[in-house]
Amino acid sequence: MVRTLWIYLGAMTFALGCKSNSTATDEIIIGEYGSMTGSEAVFGQSTHNGLSMAIDEVNAAGGLKGKKIRLVSYDDQGKTSEVGTAVTRLITSDHVHAIVGEVSSSLSIAGGQICQRHGVPMVTPSSTNPKVTEVGDYVFRICYIDPFQGYVMAKFVTDPQGPSGLGLKRVAILVDQRQAYSQGLSRDFETALIKAGGNVVVKSSYQGGDQDFSAQLTQIKGANPEAIYIPGYYTDVANIAKQVRGIGIAQSVPLLGGDGWESVQEIGGPAIDGAYYSNHFAPEDTHAEVQSFVTKYKAKYGKTPDSLAALGYDAGMLLREAIQRAPSLDRAAIRDAIAATRDFQGVTGKTSLDEHRNARKPAVVLRINAAAKTATYMTTIAP
Amino acid sequence: MIPAAAQPISVTRALTRSLLPVAVGLGLGLGLGQVVPTGTYAEKILFDIGINIILAVSLNLVNGFTGQFSMGHAGFMALGAYASIVVTYYGGFALFGDVGCHLNAQGYGLYFTSLVVGGLVAAAAGYLVGLPSLRLRGDYLAIVTLGFGEIIRVVLQVSYAVVEPEEMATVDWWERPLHLGKSLGFVHQGAYNSLSWTYAAVVLTLLCAYRLRESTHGRAFLSVRENEIAAEAVGIDTTRYKVNAFVLAAFFAGVAGALFGHQLGTGTAARPEEFNFMKSFEAIIMVVLGGMGSISGAALAAVTLTLLTELLRSVQDYRMVSYALLLILVMILRPEGLFGTRELWHFLRRRRP
Repeated sequence: MVRTLWIYLGAMTFALGCKSNSTATDEIIIGEYGSMTGSEAVFGQSTHNGLSMAIDEVNAAGGLKGKKIRLVSYDDQGKTSEVGTAVTRLITSDHVHAIVGEVSSSLSIAGGQICQRHGVPMVTPSSTNPKVTEVGDYVFRICYIDPFQGYVMAKFVTDPQGPSGLGLKRVAILVDQRQAYSQGLSRDFETALIKAGGNVVVKSSYQGGDQDFSAQLTQIKGANPEAIYIPGYYTDVANIAKQVRGIGIAQSVPLLGGDGWESVQEIGGPAIDGAYYSNHFAPEDTHAEVQSFVTKYKAKYGKTPDSLAALGYDAGMLLREAIQRAPSLDRAAIRDAIAATRDFQGVTGKTSLDEHRNARKPAVVLRINAAAKTATYMTTIAP
Repeated sequence: MIPAAAQPISVTRALTRSLLPVAVGLGLGLGLGQVVPTGTYAEKILFDIGINIILAVSLNLVNGFTGQFSMGHAGFMALGAYASIVVTYYGGFALFGDVGCHLNAQGYGLYFTSLVVGGLVAAAAGYLVGLPSLRLRGDYLAIVTLGFGEIIRVVLQVSYAVVEPEEMATVDWWERPLHLGKSLGFVHQGAYNSLSWTYAAVVLTLLCAYRLRESTHGRAFLSVRENEIAAEAVGIDTTRYKVNAFVLAAFFAGVAGALFGHQLGTGTAARPEEFNFMKSFEAIIMVVLGGMGSISGAALAAVTLTLLTELLRSVQDYRMVSYALLLILVMILRPEGLFGTRELWHFLRRRRP
C-alpha cells in the first residue's frame, strides 16, 4: 500500500509538472474559454466554430505580423470556479496575448476580473449585460448591451404597423428568474416600452428548466395582452411557445424575444411560427461579407451559422485587425489597439468601441418561419 | 486509537498534546500561502483543492460518520458565501465607506468575522432544517435536504439587485442584506481570500473532524451509523446527535462557501447557479470515493478529483466522460471507496514491525 501511495504521488507530481511552459516567440497565442459542455454548450460550440474559422483564415492568408496564430480553448462547463481555473491557466501557463471571453455575462465578469488583474486584454463576443465591461479597462465587448436590445424590441413593438413595427401597446412579460440575462433584459425592455408609450399588462416569472408553465400563462391570458415578451433561452422558449398556444392564446398574439432565442426555430415547431426576436446578425443579410461568411461556414461545418458563430468570427477578426495595428505584441499595446477600434466592418455590422469599451452597432429583428425552420430578416434598428 | 492506560498526565503534556497539532497545522497552512506565488495557476488549483477538502470532510461528518444521506451541502455553502459577503460588502461599506478590499488589520478582522458569520448562519440553517428532517431516514432525508438546497438557490435568485456604493444612502442598512444581486450575485466584493486563509481553515476542519471522531460525541455518531436501534437502546439520543452532526457539517460548509465567495478574481463566484445540486453531488462523490467515514480518504478524494478534472483538461470534450468512467471503475473495483472506514496512517503503520 505504501508503494501504491508513492506511485500515486509520483504520478500526480509528474502529470502536473508536465505542463509546457515554453513561450514560443514565433506565434501569437489567443486564448478562449467557453461552455463546450453543460446547459449552454450550443452557444459555446458555435462561438468556438466561428472563432476557429477566423483564425484558420488568418493563418491561411499568411498569419499576422509574420507569425501564425494559435488558438488555445478550454471548457468551463458554465461554472464560475472552472472559469477561474481556465483563465488563470491561459494567462500564466499558456502565456496568451489576448483572450476571447464567454457568452454568459456572469462568466465573462468572472473571467474579466482575472484578465484585468493580470493585464491581459479580453474581448467577449456576446455577453450583453452592462456590468461586464465595468470590470475594468482590459475588458471589451463587440456586441450591443441589453438596454439597447430592450430598446430595439420596444421600438419594434410600438412602431406603426409595417415591416419595421407591429403597432402594439399592451405587452405581457415572462422572465426567467434563473438567468441574470433574462432579469436584466426584461427590466430594460420594460423601461423602453413605457417610454415608447406602451404598457406592461402583466409580469410573470419561471425558472429556467421548468416544464409546466400553465400557471403563469393562465395569468397572462387573463390580462389579455397584444404580445408576450419572453427574454429567455431558446430551450425554455420552445416549451413555453407550445403551451402558449395550448392554453388558448390566439396565434395572432405574437411572442417576442431577445438574442437568447437563437436557434429556437429548430426545436419550436409550429407554435413558434410568427414570433419575433432581436438578434446580432441575419444569415439572409445581402451584404457581400455576410454572404461570403455564410457560404464559408456552411462549407466547413455543414450548417447555417447562428449569431454566436458570427460574433465569434468577428471577435477573431477584430483581434487580428487590432493586433495588426498595435505597435508591439505587448499586452498593453494590444489593449490600446483594441480600444481604438473604429468602424470595424464585421459580419455582424459596423462596430465601433466607445469609451466604456462597449460596441455601438445596429441590431436586427427577425421573424420566425416555423415550416421552413428559418428566421426571416425584418428590419435593422440603429442605436 | 485506544489509550494504553488511563494514567494521569501532566498539564504541560496535555496542553502540548492538544495544542501542538493545531500550531503545527496552522503554521503549515499559513506557510503554504507564503510559498506559492499569487495569481498563478498552481495557486488557483490549490484554492479549489482546499475548498473541496473542507466540503468533503464536513459532509463526511453527516454522510460518513453518522450514516445519514444529506444532499443539500451546496445550500449551506451558498448561505455561508452570501452571509459572509453581506458582512464584507455592506459591513465593509459601513466601516470604510467603500466596498473595496482593505488588506490591513481592520480588513482582515472584518474578513475573519465574515467567515465566522458565514459558518454560523449556515449552522443555524442546519439546525432549523435538521431538527424536523433528521427524524426521517434514508431516501426521505436525502429528498428533504436536496429540496432545501434548491430552495436556498431559488430564494437567492429572487432577492433584490446589489446596492452599489453610490446608492447606499437610498437603502436603509437593515434592508441591505436583502439585496443579494438576484441571479447575477455579487460582482465586486473584496477579494480577501488567500491560500493562507484557505489552508488555515482546512487544517482546523481536519483537526476538528479527527478530534471529534475520537471523542464521546464522535463515538455516538458512529454508533448511530452502525445501528440506530442499538444506539438508542444504550441511551443515545439519536436525533440529537444527528442534528449535532448536521449543524457542525453545515458550519464548515458555510466557512467553505465564505472562502469561495471571496476568492481572488472570481467576483461572480457568489451567484445562486454556482450552488445548484450538482455542487452537492460533487461533495457526495468525494465522500463516497474516499470512503464513507474516512477523514483522510475524503480529503485525498477531494485532492484527486480536483486534480483529475484539471489533468483531463487536455482531452477537452471527453473530459467529463473520462471522469465519469474513472468513477465507475473505482466503484466497481473498490465499492467501499478508496479507504473504506480506515485512515491513511492505518495503511502506513501496517508495514512497520
